[in-house]
Amino acid sequence: MDAQIRRRLASALFIVGFFVLWEVLCRGFGVSDIVLPKPSQIIVTLVERMPALWPHALQTLYTTLVGFAFGIVIGVLLGVLIGSSRLAYDVAYPLLIGFATIPKVAVVPIFVLWFGAGTVPAVLTAMIMSIFPIVVNVATGLATTEPELEDVMRALHASKFDILWNVGLPRTMPYFFASLKVAVTLAFVGTVISETVASNRGIGDVMMIASSNFDVPLVFAGLLILAFLGVALYAVFSFLEARITGWAHRKNDLAMG
Amino acid sequence: MKSAHAPARAAKHSDFFVELDGVTLDYGRGERRIKALGLTNLRIEQGDFVALVGPSGCGKSTILKLVTGLLTASSGYVYVAGREVGARAVRVGMAFQNPTMLPWLTVRDNIMLPLKIVPPFREQFRQKRKTEFRDRAEALLTEVGLANFGDKHPWQLSGGMLQRASLCRALIHEPQLLMLDEPFGALDQFTREELWAIMQDLWMKMRPTVLLVTHDLKEAGYLANRICVMRARPGEIIDDAAVPFARPRTIEMSYTPGFVSMTQRLRELIVAARPAKEAA
Repeated sequence: MDAQIRRRLASALFIVGFFVLWEVLCRGFGVSDIVLPKPSQIIVTLVERMPALWPHALQTLYTTLVGFAFGIVIGVLLGVLIGSSRLAYDVAYPLLIGFATIPKVAVVPIFVLWFGAGTVPAVLTAMIMSIFPIVVNVATGLATTEPELEDVMRALHASKFDILWNVGLPRTMPYFFASLKVAVTLAFVGTVISETVASNRGIGDVMMIASSNFDVPLVFAGLLILAFLGVALYAVFSFLEARITGWAHRKNDLAMG
Repeated sequence: MKSAHAPARAAKHSDFFVELDGVTLDYGRGERRIKALGLTNLRIEQGDFVALVGPSGCGKSTILKLVTGLLTASSGYVYVAGREVGARAVRVGMAFQNPTMLPWLTVRDNIMLPLKIVPPFREQFRQKRKTEFRDRAEALLTEVGLANFGDKHPWQLSGGMLQRASLCRALIHEPQLLMLDEPFGALDQFTREELWAIMQDLWMKMRPTVLLVTHDLKEAGYLANRICVMRARPGEIIDDAAVPFARPRTIEMSYTPGFVSMTQRLRELIVAARPAKEAA
């Protein structure tokens, strides 16, 4: 317990130290605001501009979560399909990897072409960014189910659906939640990319306009908001993971001889 | 000894609870084809307890998989409950060397899994899971010495405890056919002997038809009514002998001259049937 508190303290100190060092270096070398603003200045900007920034932050969060929700639904469906059928695996996997390796920035203009600038392309970008890790993890979880577990079920004349529902899916949950943590941050990246390229709302758009006005402290204030939202989303899914799939992280202190 | 088998069979049925009639099984194709099971005939009466012993790779587990329908014979017929395997819904219980508990369920929920899958229990599962089925699981757990462990998770139990739980899961739906694939193989000697006694009690009470695969001749002699000795490459049954000792059997009995000479005979058979050592 003591060790845990010390670890937390160390990591908090490291974060604070990082900003202090930044502040000291900026002041010491007299770095211009246009190159790298001081943390204190960024925070002041953040507080002053908060009423204006707040709706954009909500917009970005909203876009990310909607895209992420679509990503989960489609990702799980694809993952179950690919993970439970050898044929689907062989057929779909190369195509999936092909899609995954395309830089998503390159897809945004196509979405804009189809749906116009605004929220829709951002949602779609967030969605396609988050699909891939979910598909791969769900498919891996299903495909690596122990054959003996399946034998037990098949000897009971369990249907394919029975096996999927009682063994495959629960077993895949740790993989699924691990992928959610990654996917939600990726969805966030997707939203901001799309907002910077083609939108009139959201933090990505704010940062784009601020940088073209050389309002660098505002750019960094946007960055800070993004970092905060990203960490918060990660923390939420990390917490859910621990709650729902705690069984996968065995507590050795409970084990008996 | 090979049982003579009647070649002319008008309707496909068998008078035995389990029958393998001229069964062979090959894995793979073409040049790489491997004969896992040579011509095999085996007949088992309802409620009997048969052990399959032999060197590794002799097709013991293959026979279990054929009887449960997990594998399909390359030739010949497999009958269960009088009909070709799969034609009749027979309740089957299985336990392996690896207990294969589902880690996200409590031990009790793990044990109740067959009730969730197998008719007629399946239809009643929602209503009875907290009452009758739960009591049944508890009763079985008590019987194998795990009375207060129903709420634990599998990782909180030792290997021997998990194997007891695995036996409970194999028996909870009152299977007509029980398949045991070296279920005690990974346990220490004392736990193993304790579980033999429990297994014998359960069998005498419930009387399922049991097929036990094992490397342990003492285990086969203690538990089974009949011991079939197999040899490897191709897998074949080379000896089929009744075990004459009265039940309930005890560990002390396994040190009597009669028992020792029986296991000695079996051992010699297996050693003699072992394939000649491949050139090293």
